[in-house]
Order: sequence, then C-alpha cells, then structure tokens
Amino acid sequence: MSVAAPPALSTAAERIRARLAQPPLKGKSAVVDADLPTIEADPASWPDLARRLRDDPELAYDLFLDLAGVDNLERPNSKSRFEAVCHLHSLSRNEHVRVRIRLPDASAPSLPSVCDVYPAANWFEREAYDLFGFDFPGHPNLHRLLCHDAFVGHALRKDYAAGQRWFYTENEMRTPEWARETGERAGHFETQTLSIGPAHPATHGIIHLMARLDGERIVRAETMIGYLHRCFEKMAEKHHWNQVIPYTDRLNYVSAMVNGVGYVRTVEKMLGVEVPERGQLVRTILSEFTRIMDHCVCIGANLVDIGALTNFVYLYQNRENIYSLIEACCGARLTVSYVRVGGLAIDVPPDFVARCQGLLDSIPKFLDDVEKLVTNNRIVRNRLQGTGIVTKEQAIAWGMTGPMLRASGVPYDVRRSRPYDFYDRFDWEIPVASDGDNFARYLVRMEEMRQSLKIIRQALDIFPSEGRVSSDDWRVVLPPKDAVYHDMESLIYHFKLVMEGIRVPSGERYEWIEGANGELGFYAISDGRGGPYRLKVRPPCFPNMAAFEKIVVGGTVADAIATLGTLNVIAGELDR
Amino acid sequence: MAGKGTPLPQHDPQKGPGGGADFLTTRLETMVAWARSNSLWPYPFATACCGIEFMSVAAAHYDIARFGSEVVRFSPRQADLLIVAGTVTDKMAPVLRRIYDEMPEPKWVISMGVCASSGGFYRAYHVTQGIDEIVPVDVYVPGCPPTPEQLIYAIMGLQQKIQVGEKSRDRRSAKFAAEQPT
Repeated sequence: MSVAAPPALSTAAERIRARLAQPPLKGKSAVVDADLPTIEADPASWPDLARRLRDDPELAYDLFLDLAGVDNLERPNSKSRFEAVCHLHSLSRNEHVRVRIRLPDASAPSLPSVCDVYPAANWFEREAYDLFGFDFPGHPNLHRLLCHDAFVGHALRKDYAAGQRWFYTENEMRTPEWARETGERAGHFETQTLSIGPAHPATHGIIHLMARLDGERIVRAETMIGYLHRCFEKMAEKHHWNQVIPYTDRLNYVSAMVNGVGYVRTVEKMLGVEVPERGQLVRTILSEFTRIMDHCVCIGANLVDIGALTNFVYLYQNRENIYSLIEACCGARLTVSYVRVGGLAIDVPPDFVARCQGLLDSIPKFLDDVEKLVTNNRIVRNRLQGTGIVTKEQAIAWGMTGPMLRASGVPYDVRRSRPYDFYDRFDWEIPVASDGDNFARYLVRMEEMRQSLKIIRQALDIFPSEGRVSSDDWRVVLPPKDAVYHDMESLIYHFKLVMEGIRVPSGERYEWIEGANGELGFYAISDGRGGPYRLKVRPPCFPNMAAFEKIVVGGTVADAIATLGTLNVIAGELDR
Repeated sequence: MAGKGTPLPQHDPQKGPGGGADFLTTRLETMVAWARSNSLWPYPFATACCGIEFMSVAAAHYDIARFGSEVVRFSPRQADLLIVAGTVTDKMAPVLRRIYDEMPEPKWVISMGVCASSGGFYRAYHVTQGIDEIVPVDVYVPGCPPTPEQLIYAIMGLQQKIQVGEKSRDRRSAKFAAEQPT
C-alpha cells in the first residue's frame, strides 16, 4: 500500500506555511488544516512566531483572542501531556488562526510569555498559570488570577479532584508589592493606596481594584478578579454536552440566551447537525432581544453609577417586558436553558410573533426617553466625554472586541465578518464611533439596540409560521415523548441520550459568535465520550477588564467608576 | 363660600382626629418589631445572576418599596438585612463574613437562590457550599434564580419572623450553648 499524500492545505494555511518558511522559524513547526488553520510550534519558537504573525503584513494576526491550556493526561495518543492553544484573529484579512504549543516537560510545563508582543496575553497567561500550572518566563506579574491565594494545586489538571476546596481567610489575600509601600513625593503630599471593592456598589459584580492615588488622580492600579470563579470549565468536563447548557446561561447572566447559542453551535459544528430554519430564527430573535437587555442594563447601571437614577427604571422596564416573552417561550426569566444541541428545548408559543411585534413597538419609546434625558445632558457629557479613552491601537493590542472595539473605530462584528444563522440576509449596520471614550461607548450601545430591533423586524418577516425547531436526528435530539412511550427505538435513543449523552466525534473546534459585549468563543475538545474533554470559553469582557487597570491611570477615581460601567463587565463571564 | 367669619369644624377635646380615643395599648417589643419589620434596609450582597433578579425586585415593576425595603444601602453600617444574592466563592467568603460583622444589631440574613443556600449545582473546588458555613441565615429562598415573587415572599416571611421576635442566630447559639459541656 502506498502512503497517502498529505492532504492539500487551504489557501489560508498554505499562505501561512509559505510566509513562515522564509526565513524558517527556530525550532520545529508545522502548519495543518483543521476547522481553522493550525500552526504547531515549540515553546522556544513561540515569541518569534508571535511577533511574525503580528508584524508580517501578509499575516497580520493583530487580535489576540484566547489562550487555552489543555491537559492530555486522559488522552492516551497525545504527543505531550500539556498544550497551550492560542487563537488569533486578523482584522485586515478577517481570518482566525490557531497556534498549538506542545509543552514537552510534563513535570514543569513552561513557555515564554508573549505579553510584550500581545499585551492581551497578560491575563490569559496568568489564568493558565493558575489553573494549569504553566510557567511563563518573562511575565511581568505572574500570580494566581482566578483561584484564591491559599489555593493548592492547579484546578484544571485532570488529576485534580473537582470538589477539593481549600481553606482561605482574609489574611492570606495577596496585596501587590507596590500597594504595600508608602510612596513619598516631594512637597506636602504623599500618595495613598485605595482599595475599591470587592463589595462596592460601583464594582458591577464583584471586582477588586487597588489604586495608588496622588491627590485624586490614579497613578497606578491593579485589578483583582476571581471572586466569582465558580469553576465552569471543570464542571463542564464532569457533565454531558447537553448538561453544560445551564452552566453556560450563568456565564453572562445578563444575556443568557447568547451564551447558550454560542455553545451549542460549537457542538453542532462538531456533530455536523443542521438546525431547521425556524429554530435558527428563534435563536436569532431571542439573541437580539437579549442583546438589547444586556445593553439596557449596561447603560442603566452605568448611569446609576454617575447619579442618573431615573434612566435605570426606564431601561429596566424593557427587560421586564422581554422577560415576559422569554418566560412564555421556556418558563424561565433570566437563566433560560432554552437551546439544546440540535435546536431548542420546546417550540415557541403560538403568539410568539405577536408578542415580538408588541415589544418592537414598546422598546423604541423607552430608548427615545432615555436618549432625550441623557444624550445631551450636560452632566452626563461632562462625566463621560473624554474619560476612559481607548485608542484604536490600544483596543486592538488589548484584545478588545464588541462595543469596546467599535467605539474605538474598528468595525469588527462577528455577525458581519463571519455571518452565522441568517445575519447575512438581513440589512443592518455596524455602529462605529471614533472617540473611544465612555460617551462613544454609550452611543454605540444605544445605536446597537436600534439595529437589533431592525434585525428582529426582518427576522419576523421571514419567520415560518410552522415547522420544526429542532433537528430530527435522534442521536442528538430527544425523540418526542409520545414516541418514547410507544416505540422501542425511540425509547432506546432517549435512554442513550439521557444516560450517556450525545456522542460527539473526537476532535476539537473553536466557534465564535457576537456576544453582547464582544466575541464569545467556545473551544471544545471531545474524546468521543458523552461530555466535553475540555471546554474553554473566550469571555468577551475578560480582555476589557484586563485593560481596565491601564485605562484608569491618569484619571480620577470618579472617572474610573464611570469607565467601569461602560466596560460592561459581567462577573459570571469574567471569572467563570 | 369660606371667607372672613366662617367657622372651622369643631373638635371634641377628648377624642383624636379619627373620632376615637387617641391612644392604643401594646407592648413595646411588639411596637418595635412592627416598625422594624416594615422598614428593613437591605444590603444587597449581589454576586451573580441572583443579583440581576434582585434588581428586578427593586425596579419599578416589582417594587419592594411596597414592603418598606426599598432603601437599599451599600454600607453595612446602615443596613439591617443582608440579602446574599448569588454564588459565594471561597475567595469571597471572608468578605461576606466581614460585611456581616460590620452590620449593626439587630440584623437578619436572606440567602437568595440555591448557590447561596447550598452551593447549587456548583459542587466545585472554589465554591462555598452554602453561606451558612459562614453566617447564620434566617430565610432560604430556593430557585436558580428565584423569581421576584419568591424573594418578596421571603421578605414577607422574614417580616412575620421579626414580628414574633424570632432569630435563627439566637436559636442556633442557644442550641450551641446547651450542647457545650459545663
């Protein structure tokens, strides 16, 4: 038998191979094709590779999206126990790429830090250090990020017991080196350290900011997170594919539906299952309503923080009205668990379209009211304009996506750059602002809500009045209850799905959609069992929050509070 | 038409404005408990999803002002009801205890949602398996998250509890004291 020729590469992978071949990279590397072009590299060549991926104009992978650790202990055929998997995006070429770095030393996994190439990598590396014990030589601040400081071991390693907790008291909390020194300055003033949070009304969710103040100006800051680290990724590894859905709802609990859609899309792509048109449209419509809800809370809470209480009540009423729709569909208000792999849990109620129409009529009025109250309000403008500025270059370097990136002048929206479901059929625009300040982000979000309404209106126009909402592939979707009671085959499918979960073929997949605050990615690895071997979320607000400590420097504490509101940080998604 | 020389209604000097006697008899404790139960000032220890539902309860639609609890205080010194809304992790647990300790007496605790009550479906390495590991709880509210109606019901239940003068903390410490060897 002859040896099969290596499969031909896609044009993107072929181009990467050609560009990396001259001059050749130090160390071993290879380019292969998977769901994304994948570069396999040695730890030693990683900084050089990263620099070339970013700087080569033919590649220009300028957006660092994600770094996921993988422990291959229970995958016998793997080449090394630990891997670091990075995902990068090129804004100019509109392409994703995956870089897999195999760490040969299982006892002391280590790879060089690329913080100087991609500043966005900072927190991702700290996370991998925390949860996998990877060492990153050259990292400026390599401490635990998510787990508490008295934690022993590395929680996402396969040999770490999922339920092993460690005793922790206040005294063991790490205070940054610089925050402990008393800084003195010429003149009468001395800088002081202020600790804001974790229980503070303005730190949406639970976030801890240590700030060094010179008078009222912040001269140095560090954000500490992990106060809501509830082990999503470890829990996902212990459950079946469908059982993970309730956990995804609690990532970004302000827009729960979008998370579920992002997750099941990943699994559906791995399975090759198609969702019927009606199911896809329900997902789209509810996702867009959820996006509106998310922006309502973001803007409303931000305005509360700067003293404009009334708007919150107006904006929150939208949420209540949308809750009624969602409750009618699936019975839950906030954490919906409505999607399933292959479709939806149940069909929408008969008056779904009428209810949506009602919302389309009522929401713009609330938005108009808020716009009248806020947009030209002098206090709001003074507080938001010119504060929390993020330039275009900074936004890209810090790995921002979503409204943050668009408010800084980059029109990157996954719904347009890689349309999923029906987004390529709809007529809508990407709101972009150029100032990059808090006010620009407010404007972008306000306009995005109106664009979402536009999308929903078009989706309702093509919404089929009847049809399935889920696939009829019984290896994936539960058969109808009636059939389970009367038909042996359906009963077996039902039993297998409930007891063993969906059998997803071995492999890996990164799928991304536009979440309410940016690119929401799910990187899933299956080893053929009923549940994920590894599931990594790319939380959109994680890079935003990582940049917070840099944005606030130079401004006042009051500006920092206004900025935190516009970052739209949701702790459940940030800390997972 | 009222004008100069129009007499105003005449009062009976022995009676109150409502027409009856101008006093009532009760016990001081009952009076205080009535006042306390209808002016609970909550500190929302909102950590996660339940915090969003708490926002719903505080917003216009459900409006806990109807139960005298709308004065949300973010300083534990000014609050007498701690509503723990959301998952408490081991990293957050010392903070929760400190906030509880900083609240003045008398104080009550509502554990909102299954995460706060028992860890919920996060049986995991970083999640406190119920806040009663750290602070005494007066009312547990099930649900993930509980609906606003459930939280309102919990507040009403707590009001009844306050009116009869019952506190979980006292009961627990009495039980604890009784179990101690003398």
